[in-house]
Amino acid sequence: MSKTPDKQPGDPNTTGHSWDGIEEFDNPMPRWWLWTFYATIFWGVIYTIMFPAWPLVHGATAGVLGWSTRENVQQDMVAFEEANAPWNAKLVETSLEDIAKDAELQQYAVNSGGAVFRTWCAQCHGSGAQGAPGFPNLLDDAWLWGGTLDDIVYTVSYGVRNEESDDARYSEMPAFGEILEHDEITQVVQYVMSLSNAQTDDAAAQAGKVVFEDNCAACHGEDGTGDIFQGAPNLTDAIWLYGGSEEALTETVTYSRFGVMPNWDTRLTEAQIRAVSAYVHQLGGGQ
Amino acid sequence: MSNYIKLIVLGLIALFAAIGTNYARDLAYQVHALLVMLIAGGLFIWTLRNTDEPDIQIDRSGEYMDGVIRYGVIATAFWGVIGFLAGTFIAFQLAFPVLNFEWAQGYLNFGRLRPLHTSAVIFAFGGNALIATSFYVVQRTSAARLWGGNLAWFVFWGYQLFIVLAATGYVLGGTQSKEYAEPEWYVDLWLTIVWVAYLAVYLGTIIKRKEPHIYVANWFYLAFIVTVAMLHLVNNMTIPVSIWGSKSVIVWSGVQDAMIQWWYGHNAVGFFLTAGFLGMMYYFIPKQAERPVFSYKLSIIHFWALIFLYIWAGPHHLHYTALPDWASTLGMVFSVILWMPSWGGMINGLMTLSGAWDKLRTDPIIRMMVISVGFYGMSTFEGPMMSIRAVNSLSHYTDWTIGHVHSGALGWNGMITFGALYFLVPVLWKRERLYSLQMVSWHFWLATIGIVLYAASMWVTGIMEGLMWREVDANGFLVNSFADTVAAKFPMYVVRALGGVMFVAGALIMCYNLWMTVRKAPAKEASLTVAVPAE
Repeated sequence: MSKTPDKQPGDPNTTGHSWDGIEEFDNPMPRWWLWTFYATIFWGVIYTIMFPAWPLVHGATAGVLGWSTRENVQQDMVAFEEANAPWNAKLVETSLEDIAKDAELQQYAVNSGGAVFRTWCAQCHGSGAQGAPGFPNLLDDAWLWGGTLDDIVYTVSYGVRNEESDDARYSEMPAFGEILEHDEITQVVQYVMSLSNAQTDDAAAQAGKVVFEDNCAACHGEDGTGDIFQGAPNLTDAIWLYGGSEEALTETVTYSRFGVMPNWDTRLTEAQIRAVSAYVHQLGGGQ
Repeated sequence: MSNYIKLIVLGLIALFAAIGTNYARDLAYQVHALLVMLIAGGLFIWTLRNTDEPDIQIDRSGEYMDGVIRYGVIATAFWGVIGFLAGTFIAFQLAFPVLNFEWAQGYLNFGRLRPLHTSAVIFAFGGNALIATSFYVVQRTSAARLWGGNLAWFVFWGYQLFIVLAATGYVLGGTQSKEYAEPEWYVDLWLTIVWVAYLAVYLGTIIKRKEPHIYVANWFYLAFIVTVAMLHLVNNMTIPVSIWGSKSVIVWSGVQDAMIQWWYGHNAVGFFLTAGFLGMMYYFIPKQAERPVFSYKLSIIHFWALIFLYIWAGPHHLHYTALPDWASTLGMVFSVILWMPSWGGMINGLMTLSGAWDKLRTDPIIRMMVISVGFYGMSTFEGPMMSIRAVNSLSHYTDWTIGHVHSGALGWNGMITFGALYFLVPVLWKRERLYSLQMVSWHFWLATIGIVLYAASMWVTGIMEGLMWREVDANGFLVNSFADTVAAKFPMYVVRALGGVMFVAGALIMCYNLWMTVRKAPAKEASLTVAVPAE
């Protein structure tokens, strides 16, 4: 029943076993294979003597080279920290307005600040600082809490509306769905849209002006240009954090918004905060 | 009598599952309890209707048990296509995130589908291929019918139930979040029962073999079955939060848990995808080439070296983590020493063709098997290289790893399985030949070019992102943000997905070809199913 495989002239001997027609040649192991195998074993023995390898009762052999991954990364970090220490010290000592006057210092601040930004800020503000719905664009000159270097340093240090820092910037827009009638919200939305020359229903916008003056002007100003001391956005510049459509604005007015930013004073050094602020300030909108 | 016991057991299971459906604390558990209730209830009624029917006993002990293998072949092809489709879809999701549809959030987003893809290809496609071919090979090389009567059918259907429970669990959120060991505690328990039955059938058949020696393929299959049982038990030591819920808590913690997870994870590769599939290779290549195996000595040495060394290699998944340096060194050293034992299988596979190389021109099935062994050799060189700490510091967490896995999984596991399926279908359905060899050729080229596109694009994107992540300026500041590296990978993601499309297309052609072989190819007269020892 079993089929004998084609034997060919010059074939070596088989082991004499046969399973379902499968036989095995009695060939030796290829020499290059065997010697490479031995070589890797030999290398392995040497390597485990040189590097930490064999577990003992307490701890493990440390290896004759004294090599350690934690040690290595520590050394790298210390080396960079030491090299940058004079610059960081200078960054902290120099008053904020004088940083830009020292071209070399400004260059250092922008480079290191860019790295801080890409590591900690890009997740929300985008790697190009272009922002995203709910997260401000940092390239334009519209600032919720002020665009001077001092303002930016403060915002980065203490954040916005977080619960961790007592010094966080804080303001809260009421949810007008509980205060205004449905029609009034529709009207005020039309009015707000008219401030930036969007297509609106003129009659409703006219009625909304009254609603606005009674309810919104206290923070956003009579003319709707906002107030950086309360983080109240300018409503006339057609720059929208949560969208400028009728739908988005209705949601904002009805339910309010509550954008949060963490405080970085407990996570970044003073020099890093100053650097990232200098970086953001020079992106285009700094005042 | 046995039917009465069966009825009691099935009734109790159905009742318990009904209670579970009622008290379920989460959706995955509820759906699973309902499923188990329906299956147990259906079997209860079926058993009841057959009770006290006249029992016709036919002595089949002299014949091979091929019915279960035919089902296994169908399941392999079916789950293969499902798994490849899922993989291709999530590849497009990575390139075009809009495919994470808003209406399907929490069910069909990348995070839910990714384990579905990995489990479908490894455990459903690979697992069915291994169970089916091992049942075929162990009978032929032992000249004995499968031991345990209908136990083999229990293994097959029990394993399909495991697959369905695992896959639906992922989509519904029932996962213990351990890579390649995602199924929750009750699915793990079920798999344990099925796996013990599998071991019993396999070992029982070897014990009653009529051949004096155990063929090398069976060593590898047995190593795979035993080791996977051990890995599965240790890595799934969890305590359920409630017997009415899917959530469980692992008993290991911290870096020990990570170490055990990757001891499991790497040996899932080592014993499921390497040892098991080497068993497949050792039977189907000599059969298809009709040549003796190149070297018996090499097979002994590389088998024992592979078994001994693989089990140590897991820590290379945890270089530069909380894992102590010594464990990391051992993982790396054993991985490098593993290089030659892995290549032993490649040499035995390729050199078996010496004297039959001309078949590469005429037989596309042999071509498939040869390229499979080629990819095996490539990825078992790449693996030890990537385990070296200095290389790993660049490659780790990048797409290079994904490319490495896929050149192994698509190239080695996929192609050798396709070869085995092309060999098995005409034999199992008693056909003289395949429906179309030209279609096998098409499958071969589509799959091969697909894999090359996949692996090459992942090399490029993996090395690129590794370099971008580590790039610092003269002051030690990072140059790129993470989002920059993601954006830079886009073109390679598209190429990868297209490679996947080609691979799926090849698999669909195979399914059609196998289907038409059963339907249309000329029947073969002589039966191959009688168990006769070869010597």
